[in-house]
Amino acid sequence: MTQLTGPAAIGHASDLDFKQPEPIDLSSGKYVKLWQGPQHPGITGNMSLELTLDGDTIIDCKTHVGYLHRGFEKLMERRTFIQNFTVVCRIAVPEPTFNEYLYSHAVETLSGIEVPERAIWLRTMNLELMRLSSFLMWIGGMSGAFGQYTVPNWTIAYRDYVLDLFEEMTGARIYHMYIVPGGVRAGLPEGFEKRARDIMDGTDKLLDQIERIMYNNSVFKARSKGLGILTADMIDPYGIVGPNARACGVKRDLRKDEPYLAYDQLDFDVITGTASDAYERAYLRLQETRQSVSLIRQCLDKAPKDGPFQADMPNVLHWQVPAGETYVKAECTRGEYGYYMVTDGSEFVRRVHVRGPSYTHAIAVMEKIAVGNNIADVAGLMVSLHNYPPEIER
Amino acid sequence: MNEMLERLQRDFSVSEVTACPPRMTTLKVDKLSAERLIRELRDREGYTHLNFMTCIDYIEDNIFTLVYMLHNYDEKHSLGIHVDISRDNEEMVSIHTLWAQAWTYQRELREMYGIRFPGSPRLDEDFCLEGWDQIPPMRREFDTKKFSEERFGHREGRESEEPRQHMKVELYPNRGGDEK
Repeated sequence: MTQLTGPAAIGHASDLDFKQPEPIDLSSGKYVKLWQGPQHPGITGNMSLELTLDGDTIIDCKTHVGYLHRGFEKLMERRTFIQNFTVVCRIAVPEPTFNEYLYSHAVETLSGIEVPERAIWLRTMNLELMRLSSFLMWIGGMSGAFGQYTVPNWTIAYRDYVLDLFEEMTGARIYHMYIVPGGVRAGLPEGFEKRARDIMDGTDKLLDQIERIMYNNSVFKARSKGLGILTADMIDPYGIVGPNARACGVKRDLRKDEPYLAYDQLDFDVITGTASDAYERAYLRLQETRQSVSLIRQCLDKAPKDGPFQADMPNVLHWQVPAGETYVKAECTRGEYGYYMVTDGSEFVRRVHVRGPSYTHAIAVMEKIAVGNNIADVAGLMVSLHNYPPEIER
Repeated sequence: MNEMLERLQRDFSVSEVTACPPRMTTLKVDKLSAERLIRELRDREGYTHLNFMTCIDYIEDNIFTLVYMLHNYDEKHSLGIHVDISRDNEEMVSIHTLWAQAWTYQRELREMYGIRFPGSPRLDEDFCLEGWDQIPPMRREFDTKKFSEERFGHREGRESEEPRQHMKVELYPNRGGDEK
């Protein structure tokens, strides 16, 4: 495992070489330019890769985003604090809850609002259910990218069971708007705990089956091992976080390093790998999915069954957050997710900047590691980095 | 931590050091010292991670405040470096050789605020906005509602209410929005 003992050990020994490559002469007939996406089953969401090929081999890659730009950060400057709740959850479609939590947490930090104990546990469980749902979808995507279409059918079906739990807990399946400043909107409905445990038991069995059929499959192994290797010396210079960094031995996880919510009361270890190729990253995410199931069970065991789930708050029409500045962050499925918020004491936020892991994973990292690979592996390589384009273009 | 901040204040004309609990400090540095300070923090003080780069438009003061958020994993501490640049000369030294993702942020800031970073790769390529011909949209004077009305025109059925007024009148008529 990489020992992080100082800046040089993390790859900042010298400046990065950003010399622009020689222009490629497309008229020579030797090269072909090909766009993968935005309308392509092998692309993660609404983005595209502009690939230049020499035969089947990629010699240049440029990422293009903007197909889903809705100007969230600009919109938020013109809406009151409570109105922004319909905006923030849409910034990362498969993981809206992290946006809800971080936006609420930023408002609470600047306003000095204390969240009740029960709400802290309900938030933790909500975030872990989100992680589980997102990982299930990702495992299906990864399997599909390598031509195995059985696993996506299983994982999407089980993700739907998790969405059923969200519907019970929050009233909505995708955009929950459940975590609000001061706490959460509701407690758990009757019988929720038993239904959640049943689904967790089923998920455990499903993950065992997936390990057998997908991770032990010789074709999957042959195609993903050695593909898109990230080395430890790339981690800080490229801003790599989350499972992509942990898969090459970098033991960093905000849930452990800077515990928030109830994570300091939960029993779990940071999972690491040894060589961050597509297979290692995929296997690490399978282990983290199992870990998420364990964390949900622990939340069900430990969460207070009664008590307030919302702090006393003023009328939402009159919210005014004191002037200040904060940066709050949490460990989403892909690593550090953060909200930078600046307020000026008015009823509008002065500036919000949303920091998503895809910003660097899908652009700087993808453009570097795609070069030299075969065109057939681009989809798998891209999914192995786990990107959500809306958080890039905000 | 305090020693480091004192040293920075002495060597880099750092001002306005503000603690933002629990694990963040912000400081202001002048435009000419900023790149040297960021490099020093990265190479000698362990702030090896660039969380993000962003900008705040203080149109009333005629300045853009650039924010570089750096993180030290060993100390579990973040430093927000603020650099004020004039809106009349919106140019800043590029840090694309320090972090690989920095040029993407600079390209975005070029598009959204019109700030120039000489030497930064692919700076003038479109980031999100293809064929944009208006003022940079994240500037405060860019009016999204006006742009939308002029660009797309009026269509029946697309009328909308001012949201707060709608909440007061339609959703909470008995409370009138006057309760604190």
